[in-house]
Amino acid sequence: MTTWVALVVVVLMLASALAVLLLRSFVAAVAATAVVGLGLTVLFVLMRAPDVAMTEAAVGAGLSGVILALALRRLGLWRIEDNGRGDGDA
Amino acid sequence: MMSLTLEGVVLIGALGLIVIGALGMAISNHLFRMLLALVLAESGANLLIVLSGYRVGASAPILGFGDPTAPMVDPVPQVLVLTAIVIGVGVQALAVALLLKVYRVYGTLNVRELRDRMDADVATAAGVEADASQDAPAGERPLPPVPAHASVGSGGFGRRGPVPFPPQSDERRP
Repeated sequence: MTTWVALVVVVLMLASALAVLLLRSFVAAVAATAVVGLGLTVLFVLMRAPDVAMTEAAVGAGLSGVILALALRRLGLWRIEDNGRGDGDA
Repeated sequence: MMSLTLEGVVLIGALGLIVIGALGMAISNHLFRMLLALVLAESGANLLIVLSGYRVGASAPILGFGDPTAPMVDPVPQVLVLTAIVIGVGVQALAVALLLKVYRVYGTLNVRELRDRMDADVATAAGVEADASQDAPAGERPLPPVPAHASVGSGGFGRRGPVPFPPQSDERRP
């Protein structure tokens, strides 16, 4: 049962890791990075490391997402609707 | 069908994250996406280190709950990863600060545009005319990479003589 949970989470993580590289919108890419961090949290719980999971959820997913989103605003890449004209496709 | 174990699944996930992160750092042409790929690779490395301390059927390494003589997973990789997560966020913040400086100076984060503008800036600071890039050669034809007189009459390495810097702008006129 645990194995199947881990399998679903791993597939979700790898899909969103590919989405980080393939999405044109940078806001969506940052959100996909946060999804990878949350999947990592679940895997840490399954690996019997609850303290690492707490730190990853608070720091890796939360603080890192906030830092990257604020950087997006400063860098002028914060465009929610990105119709064509994204200057950074992978 | 192969038997599907928890360690195998997590190992595939960790290696996949590392590979995707390294690939993204290699093929991205935008600096911010390189930073995101670095975050992915770092997550995969953390997962791999925690996986190295895992034991099948062991409990979490916390004393005070249940039997203290029961087998526990190795707490040392977990502590290392706990440190590495926090350091990773510090590295991200430093990278974001560097990206902000680059964006304020050059106004773009695209790698190709940045390379062209940095070449132009270096040429301006050195007092020579701007070097021709591979995309837009200056003359009618691009220069050969090695001058003809440098490779004649020398049999080994290190016989090519000093490379003049800055290069004279006359020698790129045909």
